[in-house]
Amino acid sequence: MSSDATDLGRGLSRRRFLFGGAAVGAGAAVALGVDRALPPSRAAELDAAGLNGARTVAFHGAHQCGIDTPIAAHATYLGLGLRDGVDREDLARMMRVLTDDAERLMAGEGALADTEPELATVPAALTVTFGFGPQLVRRAAGSSAVPAWLGPLPAFGIDALEEQWSGGDLLIVVSSDDAVTVAHAVRMLLKDSRSFASLAWRQDGFRRAYGSEVSGTTMRNLFGQVDGTTNPEPGTAEFDQVVWATGSGDTAWLTGGTSLVLRRIRMNLDTWDEVDPTARSFAVGRRIADGAPLTGSRESDPPDFEATTAAGNTVISPVAHIARSRPVDSREVIFRRGYNYDVAPSGEGVSETGLLFASFQADVDAQFTPIQRRLDQADLLNTWTTPIGSAVFAIPPGCAPGGFVGDTLLA
Amino acid sequence: MNAVRTPARLGALAAVAALTLSACASADEPGEITVTDPWVKTAESGMTAAFGELTNGTDETVVLVAAASAVSTEIQLHETLSDESGGMSMSEKEGGFAIAPGETLTLEPGGNHLMLMGVTEPIEAGDIVDVTLTFEDGSTVDVTADAKDYMGAQESYAPGAEMEMGS
Ligand code: HEM
Ligand SMILES: [Cu+2]
Repeated sequence: MSSDATDLGRGLSRRRFLFGGAAVGAGAAVALGVDRALPPSRAAELDAAGLNGARTVAFHGAHQCGIDTPIAAHATYLGLGLRDGVDREDLARMMRVLTDDAERLMAGEGALADTEPELATVPAALTVTFGFGPQLVRRAAGSSAVPAWLGPLPAFGIDALEEQWSGGDLLIVVSSDDAVTVAHAVRMLLKDSRSFASLAWRQDGFRRAYGSEVSGTTMRNLFGQVDGTTNPEPGTAEFDQVVWATGSGDTAWLTGGTSLVLRRIRMNLDTWDEVDPTARSFAVGRRIADGAPLTGSRESDPPDFEATTAAGNTVISPVAHIARSRPVDSREVIFRRGYNYDVAPSGEGVSETGLLFASFQADVDAQFTPIQRRLDQADLLNTWTTPIGSAVFAIPPGCAPGGFVGDTLLA
Repeated sequence: MNAVRTPARLGALAAVAALTLSACASADEPGEITVTDPWVKTAESGMTAAFGELTNGTDETVVLVAAASAVSTEIQLHETLSDESGGMSMSEKEGGFAIAPGETLTLEPGGNHLMLMGVTEPIEAGDIVDVTLTFEDGSTVDVTADAKDYMGAQESYAPGAEMEMGS
């Protein structure tokens, strides 16, 4: 779905007209003390409508929601394993039911046969996104329908993967600015998948609450870093080229879809505590304070990887995270859409914290893997980060009214 | 997808057949009776129930007197009432369900419902079940109900009840 298909705040647009959008936006930036310059396409504006719960995101469209639509405060990633014997015909029934649930819930209505429809009345920009693992695609249409990149990533030296966060046949991502809405939608969708699949893992992520900051502000991860600065902008030609896949032949079903790489990356806050601000900035190549590159003064300034210090070293270390992750050619770009996680620690620790690193790209092998391979070889951030979960999914295109998500594969 | 379904969603408005019917409705046909969100509880065998909202868009009272489906040997019209034992139990609705002009009959778990008595083949989640509703004047409305897994809508709410619906 394109961003103009999102219907965020019907009330909002009217009010914005009344108050003057630019004035509201600028005032908001000042009031919230936003000194970081946002990319121009990320409109800085307050929710002038006041109540945020009624906002809905359109379900139907060329692409699924939850990818190029505005990112919500809460997201739950669900990885399911198909039950034995579930075949193509069963999968079509499952996706019809789940699509219907998603469509109704996103509109702020109870699902069909919803036991708690009262909890569905506050969508708060709810989105539901579905993804398919290799086994699901194989059962649906045979091995030739499985895209070459759909499967486990190559093993990396930095990995310490745990089964409990990895793999999966069916992915359901539920996101909303309201955690109660997420809980209800997750419950409904899992109940309706129970005949076909069982829950293998669940990963909950969060960002700042809607309204706490000007929308579009780059998030800070739990290291305190400004994370997400250099990222394709939804609605641009670059974004479309980076994200949307074009299949052909037996993989034609994927056209208009994309891929998701989900990596659960533990961030060791105890050892990060030992690192002073200058060294923290050095590790990334950007200032911890405001996300500006070490060679610039604003978040939006392009980093200069050639600039040198008086001593002759580059200002941005060649093994800083942005030096290593920066694409070496234009095909390598990915779209990152991460969330924080912070769960109960085990043992003596006081925290178990990290990033639900999520990236969308048309082709995992061509776009994501080369970057991850470079980071595996050298990246100062590896000192404090450990990938503990990994999963790759094909994200089918969106569906038209009357259709269902996955119908290009299953109908 | 079933040809009867126009809106995207499952069972949003299943009785399009009735709308078509109304175009050539004679005076003694029920005409515009619409059924919204029809669904049936999945079941391997035995009994189960179907639900939805029937709205009488005609200017005369209509009476739903019977229902039938290929997936069960018999469908009864049930109402749920409190009984002497202090529980709730269901029984056949004598004379059927009357719906006044402009009124809606809600068939829902714990209330009025269509009781599928002998399920002949498993009704699985996502199945589309065709049900034919018959009104007092002999006219019929075809409904396509979507099958959903559902834990409620048990046959009896009375403690110690033996009959369990669905399976
Ligand atoms: C816990 C793990 C990670 C943390 C804390 C982290 C943090 C950051 C931060 C602070 C930035 C700079 C601001 C920005 O442009 O967003 C950044 C940039 C970036 N990161 Fe990561 N990152 C992590 C893992 C990864 C992984 C696994 C990948 C891909 C394999 C990745 C790819 C990138 C890319 C492509 C950029 C933009 C580079 C550019 O300037 O062109 N990051 N990351
Ligand atoms: Cu009954």
